[in-house]
Amino acid sequence: MNKLSMLKTASMLAAFACGAAVVLYLLQEVAAPTLAANQQAALLAQLNSLIPAESYDNAITEDKIALTIPALSPNSPVTIYRARKQNQPVATLLTVIAPNGYSGEIKLLVAILADGSLAGVRVIAHKETPGLGDYIEEKRGQWIHQFDHKSLENTPITRWKVKKDGGDFNYNTGATITPRAIVAAVGRTLTWAKEHHDALYAPQVEGVLP
Amino acid sequence: MTTRYRAYRSIFLDGVWHNNHALVALLGLCPLLAVSNNVVNALSLGLATTFVLTLSNGAISLIRQFVTSEIRIPVYITVIAALVTAVDLLMAIMTPGLHSILGIFIPLIVTNCIVLARAEAFASKNSVDKSLLDGFSIGLGFTLALVFLGGLREFLGHGTLFSEAELLFGPIAKDWTLHLMQLDHGMLIAILPPGAFIGLGLMIAVTNIIKAKQKRAQQAIQIAVTDIGLTSGKTA
Repeated sequence: MNKLSMLKTASMLAAFACGAAVVLYLLQEVAAPTLAANQQAALLAQLNSLIPAESYDNAITEDKIALTIPALSPNSPVTIYRARKQNQPVATLLTVIAPNGYSGEIKLLVAILADGSLAGVRVIAHKETPGLGDYIEEKRGQWIHQFDHKSLENTPITRWKVKKDGGDFNYNTGATITPRAIVAAVGRTLTWAKEHHDALYAPQVEGVLP
Repeated sequence: MTTRYRAYRSIFLDGVWHNNHALVALLGLCPLLAVSNNVVNALSLGLATTFVLTLSNGAISLIRQFVTSEIRIPVYITVIAALVTAVDLLMAIMTPGLHSILGIFIPLIVTNCIVLARAEAFASKNSVDKSLLDGFSIGLGFTLALVFLGGLREFLGHGTLFSEAELLFGPIAKDWTLHLMQLDHGMLIAILPPGAFIGLGLMIAVTNIIKAKQKRAQQAIQIAVTDIGLTSGKTA
């Protein structure tokens, strides 16, 4: 191949790469606002499934803090969304991790009302066995709803175990490790929230909390 | 006109059946095995792949005369990657729920060897209309295999078909789920990865049986035809 045709070939390849980059850049520009809105809407829908939209009046997806709480989430910060009505605390929603599921981490969204009782819990992400351990998902059963209205007052921390271990919580035979991990994680979250009630609703909190 | 029709017909049948890339050529198995755990996931990835295949075949056929052979592979991959990224973005906008489930498998369409194989083996040598049809047919064949495997696994594992159809078709599809069996646990292995391998193995076996039967029937006809030819020759 002579020099000229080499140059020609190289510039053709460069032209294709540039063309593709320009097209994708334009597409990305057009798509970005919808993409962000979609993500926001999905988050809001998830939060509202636990805390009804009419019970608060602040911008809940904006009113959030990220805290490093090793007890609740070993490797990543806990994001805490706060729901308020006329500046009075209504509820907080925490993204916590149950590290000891059957197949690794189970990511939870725990909604705690201002009085310290649970509005509910949802499993956001998990790798549990399909068809066996996935009854923890809301769409696959009622199991996750047994957390609704539970609190440390009506269920002392020593009762935060599955029934097999002498606690108050149901489980499906054959998949005990999964509910055990979730029940313990929710219990830990409630305890932590009780001890740090003021920090939960504070406008800004800095640093690491135990 | 009839020869053109015949060419179209043979491209279509090749793509969907005779040379089905999932069941005969055994290409693109990674997404086939990973995303066939239910019908809706399978259909979605199949449609996305078909879309990319058709457009990439068409685009590559369009540029086949300008691209010198030294740089054809990088150029093809650039075209395919750009198309896949566009599909990924479009799905994120239009079907965000589905997009989050299929996740990494949409970008991975780039690495689905079927796409590059058709670009290199067909689109770089054929006219635009034939290349478009070839991409579509191969994609359809892949989608059918994927949906069939997805249906098999979903039926055995959950006793349902078309669960979560609303992720693909919107809220109207909420009650499309067919509950065919009431299962407490289902056949767990069908949903787990081994189920994909076993299911695909069975599908390939059935395909081969049908093909062998077709071949035997064809041979029988041929023998009959030659026999008639011989006897008529003898009597003449």
